[in-house]
Amino acid sequence: MAITSVKNLKEFSTANDRFEGSHLLCPGCAHSMIVRELMNATDDNLVVASSTGCLEVCTAVYPYTSWDTSWIHIGFENSATAASCAEAMYKARKKKGTLPNPDAPVKFVAFGGDGATYDIGFQWLSGAMERGHDFTYICLDNENYANTGGQRSSSTPIGASTSTAQAGTHSYGKTQKKKDIVAIMAAHGAPYVAQLAPNKWKSMAKGFQKALETEGPCFINTVSACTTEWKFDPKDTISITDLATDSLMFPIYEIINGTELNILYRPKNIIPVEDYLGAQGRYRHLFKPENRHVIERIQKDIDEKWEYLQRREEARV
Amino acid sequence: MAKEFELNEVEVWDGNYAASQALRQAQVDVVAAYPITPSTPIVEGYGSYVANGYIDGEFVMVESEHGAMSGCVGASAAGGRVATATSSQGFALMTEVLYQASGMRLPIVLTVVNRALASPLNVRGDHSDMYLGRDSGWIQLDAFNPQEAYDLTLCAFRIGEHLDVRLPVMVHQDGFTTSHKAQNVTPLKDDVAYKFVGDYVPVNDMLDFSRPVTHGAQTEEDWHFEHKARQHKALMDSRTVIDEVLSEFKSLTGREYNRVESYYMEDAEVAIVALGSSVETAALAAKQLREEEGIKAGVVAPRCFRPFPYDLIRETLDRPTLKAVCCMDKSAPGGAMGALFNEVSAAAYTTASRPMITNYIYGLGGRDFAVEEAKRIFKEQKAHADAGHITTPIQQFSGVRGPRLGFFETRRG
Repeated sequence: MAITSVKNLKEFSTANDRFEGSHLLCPGCAHSMIVRELMNATDDNLVVASSTGCLEVCTAVYPYTSWDTSWIHIGFENSATAASCAEAMYKARKKKGTLPNPDAPVKFVAFGGDGATYDIGFQWLSGAMERGHDFTYICLDNENYANTGGQRSSSTPIGASTSTAQAGTHSYGKTQKKKDIVAIMAAHGAPYVAQLAPNKWKSMAKGFQKALETEGPCFINTVSACTTEWKFDPKDTISITDLATDSLMFPIYEIINGTELNILYRPKNIIPVEDYLGAQGRYRHLFKPENRHVIERIQKDIDEKWEYLQRREEARV
Repeated sequence: MAKEFELNEVEVWDGNYAASQALRQAQVDVVAAYPITPSTPIVEGYGSYVANGYIDGEFVMVESEHGAMSGCVGASAAGGRVATATSSQGFALMTEVLYQASGMRLPIVLTVVNRALASPLNVRGDHSDMYLGRDSGWIQLDAFNPQEAYDLTLCAFRIGEHLDVRLPVMVHQDGFTTSHKAQNVTPLKDDVAYKFVGDYVPVNDMLDFSRPVTHGAQTEEDWHFEHKARQHKALMDSRTVIDEVLSEFKSLTGREYNRVESYYMEDAEVAIVALGSSVETAALAAKQLREEEGIKAGVVAPRCFRPFPYDLIRETLDRPTLKAVCCMDKSAPGGAMGALFNEVSAAAYTTASRPMITNYIYGLGGRDFAVEEAKRIFKEQKAHADAGHITTPIQQFSGVRGPRLGFFETRRG
């Protein structure tokens, strides 16, 4: 039985698993929490596509699989295309009457990491969103190419040190800002777009349910704290994510039909971003005197973005 | 329920239209496509059949050829009949997914209208895209004219979807020479064609929720080799199925196809081996030379480029009368002998008579290959035969301007 009413963590923790616990993801990886929550957000049948990346290589190593549902992986860039064209086949077979379970409700879901979503699969994702397939794309955003050893992606925030944007005597790490994928997806006119986080599991489950129930292409960016590349203790995944959402580094919000923006979580006490950055090894160098200006820049960007989101929410445009 | 399409007993179709009609008659469920010259009319045709109720399918126009083949893989894993078309750069862009489609054993049909690969950019026909696909694990059938493009596309579904095969199939035709030249084509009636192709039988259907399936798993050194070995075996073993389907097609239509076609080879002393529309040119040249000059010329043409028909090539070349063979490669060889030369040589090496074999690179970027040039090449083979050794470099270029190009002198008899 899936979560039909999201009331308490106990109910959630005992929900049926179509995503089996026996996988190879790092201890403390948030991917599995997010995936499990998505798959428990509906009782409907699921057709899931995954891009090449941590999730894929850790959950479908022949002759094993963690997926007790229809699942497909093709390549790094094309999970949106795999899911959307499986949906096209569903429509064709429904018309022809060749579906084996014609009345069974089904949802089509694609997963991709930020490398697959922001970078290499950007075009495939954009195409699938524009075509208007009835599917949900979920980005597991850990802000780097974790599967290949922590290279920078266009989701990596400014100031983070990665294996290809190294902090050093002449560098403070990545010099470019994180791409605003949520705004880009909303600009496609998608009926439901959101940014969600697994520490706020209720709003996450509701957001997933909303996306799955909404007809048309939906996009959700989820923050997935990466113990290995963000460099924190595996037991701290959720507390790091708390810092991410309470510092507003990851604001939690949805955009309906490209215009109606709703903030889904307002921290009672907004914490300085320093607290979030200081908890992770990838930002350690920013606390040197010569790099403090980057922390100030990040804080300024966060404040401006929060102001922007609140204004958008108020203006309803 | 799809409307019936009224067809005359004999139609005047170009290769593209012929292929699109075959997709319609096979009632393809999903076409995911991206336009590229000269193959575009095939998918435009499918789109118009959907738009006018002649097919109950989904036409998904994606954002690139990589997306097209990705979409075909996703749709095919969802348990229905899938096809698309492409050429040249589009083929190159989808190459990554071609390997994934065959590795995942999905019987997608891809009609490839052969066109040169850039750079320089060129829209005309040569076989560089076809050659790019030769290690991709697909069955590759080669049509020499519009009738064959139609016939072989129908056969492709039967072959690829056969439960002993389950591999994707390409049907090649030459860009413009075949794709844009209208000829008489005798189609099957809709019901006869569909009956020949048959209902699609899903295997590991993602939409069968009683039996969850995982497509596209990860394997490393522990299992990858076994998967690839089995895939190769399926490809090699598909020869039997190809022969059966072609033979059944002959009983239905009277039109005979073989994995290797041969023309005037019974007593041939010299031969050309070629692919595509050039086969008809070479066959005409052979016929005329026999009449005009008594040169016993013949032509050998692999109808099935993959799996490569080593068996039938060897059988066809293993005759004591045959002295000299020229393999014609319509693709820039990139620092090697042409691929057809290499493969035909490998097959011929195991014959008792071991004819002399030379290589011509020709027709790149759509450069015309005419009957007179085919005759000249036959006569050159005759000179090798008379001399008892190869009298030219082994690799030469036909029809290229500038100083004569030749590589690898030999005097092997």
